Amino acid sequence: MEIIDQLIETLQTGSGFWSPIIWILIIMIAFLLIYVIRSFGKKQYKEKTGQTQSFLSGNPEYEKEQMRIKSSNVYWGFTEAMKWIYDVLRKMHNGNASDYVLWFVIVMSILSVILFLVGAVG
Amino acid sequence: MNFLDYTPALIVAIPLFGAFLTPIISKVNEKIRNIFVIIILLITAGLVFLLTQDVFTNGPRAYIFGNANVTIPVVRILFEVDGISMFMAIISITLALLGVIYSWSFMKENDGLDKYYTLVLLLVTSMLGMELTGDMFNFFVFLEISCISSCALIAFYINKGEALEAAFKYIVISAVGALFVLFAVGLFYAQYNALNMATIASVLQFGFLDKIALVLLIVALGMKAGLAPMHMWLPDSYGEAPVSVTFILVAATQASLYGVLRILFTVYGNAFTNFASVISSAIIHWFIIGLALVTILIGVIMALIQTDFKRLIAFAAVAEIGYIFLGIGVGLTSLGVGYGKTALEGGVFHIMNDAFDIGLLFLIAGAVYYATKETSLNKMGGLARNMKYTAVFFIVGLFAVSGLPPFNGFVSKLLIYESTYQLNPIIAIVAILASILLLAVFVKVFYSVFMGPELPNLKDVKEVPKSMLVAMGAIVVIIIIFGLFPNLIINNVVQPATNALVNSSSYISKVISGVM
Amino acid sequence: MIFNIPFIAVVAMIFIGLYALLFKRNLVKMVIGIIIIESGVNLFLISLGYRWFGENGGVVPIFTNAPSEVVNNAPQSMVLPVPQALTLTSIVIGVAVLALMLTLVMHIYKHYGTLDVRKIRRLKE
Repeated sequence: MEIIDQLIETLQTGSGFWSPIIWILIIMIAFLLIYVIRSFGKKQYKEKTGQTQSFLSGNPEYEKEQMRIKSSNVYWGFTEAMKWIYDVLRKMHNGNASDYVLWFVIVMSILSVILFLVGAVG
Repeated sequence: MNFLDYTPALIVAIPLFGAFLTPIISKVNEKIRNIFVIIILLITAGLVFLLTQDVFTNGPRAYIFGNANVTIPVVRILFEVDGISMFMAIISITLALLGVIYSWSFMKENDGLDKYYTLVLLLVTSMLGMELTGDMFNFFVFLEISCISSCALIAFYINKGEALEAAFKYIVISAVGALFVLFAVGLFYAQYNALNMATIASVLQFGFLDKIALVLLIVALGMKAGLAPMHMWLPDSYGEAPVSVTFILVAATQASLYGVLRILFTVYGNAFTNFASVISSAIIHWFIIGLALVTILIGVIMALIQTDFKRLIAFAAVAEIGYIFLGIGVGLTSLGVGYGKTALEGGVFHIMNDAFDIGLLFLIAGAVYYATKETSLNKMGGLARNMKYTAVFFIVGLFAVSGLPPFNGFVSKLLIYESTYQLNPIIAIVAILASILLLAVFVKVFYSVFMGPELPNLKDVKEVPKSMLVAMGAIVVIIIIFGLFPNLIINNVVQPATNALVNSSSYISKVISGVM
Repeated sequence: MIFNIPFIAVVAMIFIGLYALLFKRNLVKMVIGIIIIESGVNLFLISLGYRWFGENGGVVPIFTNAPSEVVNNAPQSMVLPVPQALTLTSIVIGVAVLALMLTLVMHIYKHYGTLDVRKIRRLKE
């Protein structure tokens, strides 16, 4: 019984807690609610009439293979809006092998300068 | 002299012995060689778990090579094992065993497999040696062994030019980093006439040469662990190696992270509390926290625009290393009390969670490559019709990496968020935003690989063979157990490790007092 | 002052090696830069153990057929043997790394056709 007690006790961080038992109960209640709400919908629909066609604001609907968005274009809006940071990052990751060692030397020199100058003064 | 006294040396010696026997056995038969490698790793895993149970209850244990009559100060090579060493050794041997089981059927139609298994056993030897040793020069030797064997494994596909380029960049970076570590070891020997970590820790004073050695060690070992902005070798080498090699390389980069932990907490622990000025300690703590935040942001933002499957997961691995360094940096500021203890527990637990989550995602990438022979995300689609198990495992991995309940990523990230918020709220806000962006990255991958219409050239893919499914299923079970029963792991595995890190005096007194 | 010359040479060699690694474009010159850094660190390890005795300088740490004043004042009269062991290990590791790097340079030349590090950049961004 002590093993069971140790298994299901809650995890206390300094300012919060995570209890798996309460989470499982709430998830089951949520799934029950979803099932109840879904069963209020209509079960019948007429096939091959206008009820089963998708609405694209009047544009014609092509084949599924042509309408699919490739994975490099899925987040186009995000990459277009954050162009200023992606230009900087793409220029940083240019694949040159000497630049990899250059970053190592830069970080080491910044840390040495800060540690010795500030440590000597302060 | 019971059997447990010899286990630290046996854990390193048995894979080394197996590595030398593998080319001879592979001339006999191929199946016998695969079974021989798995048996060697099973024996080592048994020894690791036996030693773990002893060290977590009784404290550190030392093994001195050579004759039993030793004098103080100790001048021989010694292996000293305490809680954090066994924690990292459990992770390394589990990942190695699952990787070899996975590569039974993944690498089956390639040539030159006898050299592959020899190099894998050498890599396992070097990882376990880095984690068990108590001597600084021995740490450098094992670091170089891991660098050489993993470089040869990354260049496995010699018919493609990209794998050779990735291996060349990896060995340039590793050689430069290891040479600076050797320079720092030379500085320690010059001042204190001792090479083992316990003796150096007991006489260290925070002078001018010690500050130079600290800077060299942190930056060089951080570069090998993947700290930004020196992380750029990581996507290249993780993306071009065969997938089972990448799985074991995750444990090898975490062994360098263990080196940073050992230097900061045990060797310099006494110096930070007694001899260093307040400004010098604050500079080092905030430098690590700043670099960790940069790592998290660069890893997540660059992962959004990748089109290659394995390179995308490698950038997510860079972001996870940033979380671990964030936990370590915040844990250094208030050592052992209050939120610092929670942050250190979260960081150390995240090492284990990150290894399993990122490992599972890499195994799924390997399964997709095995079935379709494609690596670019633009050319895949609709695979969930035929590969049902792989799709379910990918959903579990997706939720676990981005920190959603009830999986194990949530537990360690909750510990890190709650404790870093109390130091400075901006750190916690950046960390939470990065987790949300990671969820966005992997939802995009799930959409483009598994959902969508069926493509004509991918019409007849089949599910992957059983041994790969067994390896992936074992990790999924571990992820669910760690998430639902967190206290079982934290009280029994993580807390002994963090207590061993914070009290460096028990580590030192095992060697200095003279009682072995 | 004359005792500091090996350490000044070590720092100079490390800087020359880093210069060759950062600013030269040929792959073989980058490999030579790494070897110069490694030679500098080996020189640092060896020159840590030097001890001066008498008017002849350092004495080899061997006890067989040694003169009597060396044997009577041991161990302060001999050069330290521990850094020599460390340097031997490091030289052997350096040879292995050099062999692996040159093999990779040979294979890269066969695939890319050039040794310019700015053109070997298929893995970018």
